Amino acid sequence: MALIDATDLSRTFVVRRKDAGRRSLRRRREEVHAVHGVTFSVEPGEMVGYIGPNGAGKSTTIKMLTGILVPTGGRLTVAGVEPSRHRTELARRIGVVFGQRTTLWWDLPLRDSFELLQKIYAIEPARYRENLDAFVTLLELGDLLDTPVRQLSLGQRMRGDITAALLHDPEVLYLDEPTIGLDVVSKGRLREFLRTLNAERGTTLLLTTHDLQDIEALCDRVIVIDHGTLAYDGTLAGLHGRGGSMRTLVVDLVDEAPAISVPGASVRRVEGPRQWLSFPADASAAPVVAAVAASYAVADLSIQEPDIEDVIRELYSRS
Amino acid sequence: MLYVAVATRTFRRYSTYVGATVAGIFTNSVFGVIYSFAYLALWDQRPDAGGYDGSDAVTYVWIGQALLMTVAVWGGGTTDDLAERIRTGDVAIDLYRPVGMMGWYLAGDLGRAAYHLLTRGIGPTVLAWLLFDQFDFPGSVQAALGFVLSLVLAVVTSFAIRWLVACSAFWLLDQSGLRMMAGALALFFSGMALPLVIFPEPWRTIALALPWASYLQTPADIWLGKREGLDLLAALAQQGVWIAVLLGLGQLVLRSATRKVVVQGG
Repeated sequence: MALIDATDLSRTFVVRRKDAGRRSLRRRREEVHAVHGVTFSVEPGEMVGYIGPNGAGKSTTIKMLTGILVPTGGRLTVAGVEPSRHRTELARRIGVVFGQRTTLWWDLPLRDSFELLQKIYAIEPARYRENLDAFVTLLELGDLLDTPVRQLSLGQRMRGDITAALLHDPEVLYLDEPTIGLDVVSKGRLREFLRTLNAERGTTLLLTTHDLQDIEALCDRVIVIDHGTLAYDGTLAGLHGRGGSMRTLVVDLVDEAPAISVPGASVRRVEGPRQWLSFPADASAAPVVAAVAASYAVADLSIQEPDIEDVIRELYSRS
Repeated sequence: MLYVAVATRTFRRYSTYVGATVAGIFTNSVFGVIYSFAYLALWDQRPDAGGYDGSDAVTYVWIGQALLMTVAVWGGGTTDDLAERIRTGDVAIDLYRPVGMMGWYLAGDLGRAAYHLLTRGIGPTVLAWLLFDQFDFPGSVQAALGFVLSLVLAVVTSFAIRWLVACSAFWLLDQSGLRMMAGALALFFSGMALPLVIFPEPWRTIALALPWASYLQTPADIWLGKREGLDLLAALAQQGVWIAVLLGLGQLVLRSATRKVVVQGG
């Protein structure tokens, strides 16, 4: 049975706006469809990227999945229950990490936050110790346990928040922009940890992100949402193919040369000895690189991945 | 137990701000001295006003200073945290936890009250005992125990009212206007400005029936031995009834807020 099952899920907000043009105090009622007719399901153990531009309805969906926002239409079950009706019961089985908020207590040492969570979720002491030890080691929190949360750096706090969300062995972990604001090293460490978590504990992950590398490192499957509706559901490679997005091969030749001509790629730009070649993102770079290296004296090569925003923009301009 | 853990953590949280506590004790003491002399002058003119004598009046002043922060007459406490979390949207985190929000915040507020009682309560009281011969401790075990019980009920009553004010942020996004109004009402009707017992009728009867009487007038009267035996039980019962009504209302407001109102931000 699917762990998450959303059918025709919708959430409409009623906003009151001042009438434009008319000088009156009357406000117009306006309906905003934050999420509109979204259908998808997630099986246990999957790692799913839930992506879309700002204001696409990602956070609204997460809030409905945790039960803190009531859907205005459609059906939604998580772990077999309707989230908004069984919010407390469900809370014991899910974990949530908000990149921009913290579940930790600001004035208290990290350890105290964890101890409070043990009591909140009624985690068996032995299990709690075991989990805490495991996460503290994996996320290198050992030296930070007695530091008040307000003194932690963003990366340290995020590791604390992730531990906090996992102490009660949730079946599914929602991550809302978990890598936002983190440096490259911290991002890498976090992804590594999430991969281990999924592999060893089978925790289902659903993450929203703006960072394509998060998706590439973690998710076999992406769901794209835009303007509240489902735009794509499938593999990342498929998304690139469908969006017609291109990767770029940057070639530094030993000497200046006319535009390179190889099969499967086209030159987009030439600047002295440096040339930019585009080829489809779902194609392998190897034959292109081989063809270039075979025919030209190459000093250096690098490949640029398409930006997730570009992919989605492409997807939209086509449909 | 969870609620004890929450209360002790909140206690510890408040105890990290030592400077603020010391400054607060000083302020309470200064106001206590000023009010004591003012009340003594008043009771010198009318020696039996409200059924109090001069000694009762001075004791009342210092009980008031001790309870000002403990009962959070002005507002404040964990309900301010709640209002702020509603404004920023962090309340979303409270909502998905598998514990009742009201119990959680109440436990925290009791921890805060315990801290304020031990510091801002006991500090000025010791000074009063040193400076004023007129200051008296409870005359009987019954009065002392009754006072402690009544004080706990006072904190819960104040919490219930502050909870309602804080929850207004679900609709208004900001509690500060309502918080100021509620603070002014509480200041007046708790007996913090003047003992309710010296209000002229019918204001005296009305004020004594309102929930704010719980904040100071009721515990103070028990301390002073004005309410004993069955009358003491009636006083506690009245506090209990208001708590049941207000907490029930608070629960209803929270429920309608969580079902209807958009969680801000994110």
